[in-house]
Amino acid sequence: MAQQEFGVDSSKTLRGKYAIAGVGETTYRRGSTESTRNLATWAIGNAMADAGLKPGDVDGMLSYSGNDSTMSNFVAGDLGIRLNFYMDVHGGGSSTEALIGIAMGVIEAGMCETVVIFRAMNGYTQIRIGGTGARSAVPIEGDQIHHRAYGWQAAGQMFAPTFMRHMYDYGTTSEQLAHVKVAHSKHASNNPKAYYKTRCTVEDVVNSRIIVKPLHLLDCCVETDNATAIIVTSAERARDMRQPLVHILGLVGRVTKPRADMHYQHGPISRVARYYAADRLFGNAGVTREDIDITGSYDAFTFTTMLQLEEYGFCKKGEGGDYVSSGIIELGGARPNNTSGGHLCEGYTHGMNMVIENTRQLRHDVDDSCPIGPDGKRRHTYDYSTGRCRQVKDAELTANLGWATPGIGSAMIMTRG
Amino acid sequence: MLQGEYLGMNLTVHDVDKENHAFFEYCAKGDFRLQKGKESGLLRYPPTTACPWTGDRDYEWVSVEGKGSVHSYAEVHHGIQPAFKARTPYLILLVDLDTQKGKPSEDEALRVAGNLVSEDGELAPPEVVKQVGIGTRVRMVFSQVSEGFAIPQWMIDERADQPAPWRFPQE
Repeated sequence: MAQQEFGVDSSKTLRGKYAIAGVGETTYRRGSTESTRNLATWAIGNAMADAGLKPGDVDGMLSYSGNDSTMSNFVAGDLGIRLNFYMDVHGGGSSTEALIGIAMGVIEAGMCETVVIFRAMNGYTQIRIGGTGARSAVPIEGDQIHHRAYGWQAAGQMFAPTFMRHMYDYGTTSEQLAHVKVAHSKHASNNPKAYYKTRCTVEDVVNSRIIVKPLHLLDCCVETDNATAIIVTSAERARDMRQPLVHILGLVGRVTKPRADMHYQHGPISRVARYYAADRLFGNAGVTREDIDITGSYDAFTFTTMLQLEEYGFCKKGEGGDYVSSGIIELGGARPNNTSGGHLCEGYTHGMNMVIENTRQLRHDVDDSCPIGPDGKRRHTYDYSTGRCRQVKDAELTANLGWATPGIGSAMIMTRG
Repeated sequence: MLQGEYLGMNLTVHDVDKENHAFFEYCAKGDFRLQKGKESGLLRYPPTTACPWTGDRDYEWVSVEGKGSVHSYAEVHHGIQPAFKARTPYLILLVDLDTQKGKPSEDEALRVAGNLVSEDGELAPPEVVKQVGIGTRVRMVFSQVSEGFAIPQWMIDERADQPAPWRFPQE
């Protein structure tokens, strides 16, 4: 889709006016030897190199965390970046797409020109994202008593009633959900960066130990130590940078259900926030679900992928179990999901790595094991067997579906320039 | 200020947090009270600073019968907080109160959280956990945190007609 084809109402939605100019990450591992500040400078340095930018070319910075990370002013100083705008936001999942929208807004407002967004976390070695260790020892005050005093704290515990009710309402089964992990593990086996590269089976998932019903261990994502970075700038500027253009077509950010403070008060509780976001997302982007080649969903759990695909309308509500177990979401299927392996297998980044992966997919240059040609680009084979290719052929449009809780979500649609 | 240690957790409700302060104080008297918005006439849970349906800041505390049905649940086998690790499996219940169920819209209910406990307020043992699922009729009891501070919990309602509960199929 060429720039001039974007709709006449794009002045409101900024459809196609902004682009992802660079992406980068550290290694994904457990057992960090770096501070979050060091991880952040490492990932941002990689994203700047990817875009072909020098410190003077970046003048905006956004980050998000939950009291577990460094801040923009430290990181920018380390990298020799003088900032015209920065903001460190409280939050986790669903922040990636929302912050990309904020970056577009502040650039549009003339506050800066090029924004790098980072998330740096020692999610295994320091503040464990699964909630054990430091997070479980924090004193409990006021509003938090209504859940944490009941041993209802970790993400899996908090979301389990939504997942359980979906099984009750629609007859969804553990075996169906296990296919999400199976698909992501297949994709991760073709991703040299992935923390878990071994393909697994439905039986592996349903025979793994119960963490909190209905979640088995392998329904849950991995905790890792890493940083990730994404550079946003105008399509006009990005055109002169190092990488093929990847346009941002449309976004929704941190859309909530009624009563986001205690979203279970408003049902059906098997309905998630995307119910309120889907029309705005596709309206802003000016495309339909059928146009989307690849999805990137927030897979904190197998269930979160299913619920998002269902609520955004890739299948009918209640048929998510059939959909995710049909083969459609696997490489080689009609609409692959999380081709890097996502949070379940590649590493846990609070949403960033699925956007990074889709950016590379749209460049037709994912970093798999295919041979690199004399032009520096990989010669993709589209052989999806273990250790081989994970590029989706002729990928033109991607949808990223972010998740914070059943009650809060963000999303973004991107296209190849 | 309300303060106390409960299952190894340090719980605090500050004086300025007057909505939560009143809620837990009533619980300590065995009285489950919710805020009723003056304009809407609707009850709300958990305590909030204004009415979720109108934004009205005026309310009164109204005693509510602690009875209802399990709407959904989480059964924890891998505890996170230290004291809970020794008490697995335990149940976290979301209970639709009979009061105001299906109001103001059919998708809404006062869904009150709590653990499944025994008469003594302790987390229910595994053989009792296995009896409870979606649909189970429950009644409210209170677990004391400290003097003047208690939290609501749930027990199987022995006097109710119990439907066959729906449980996650894998035991």
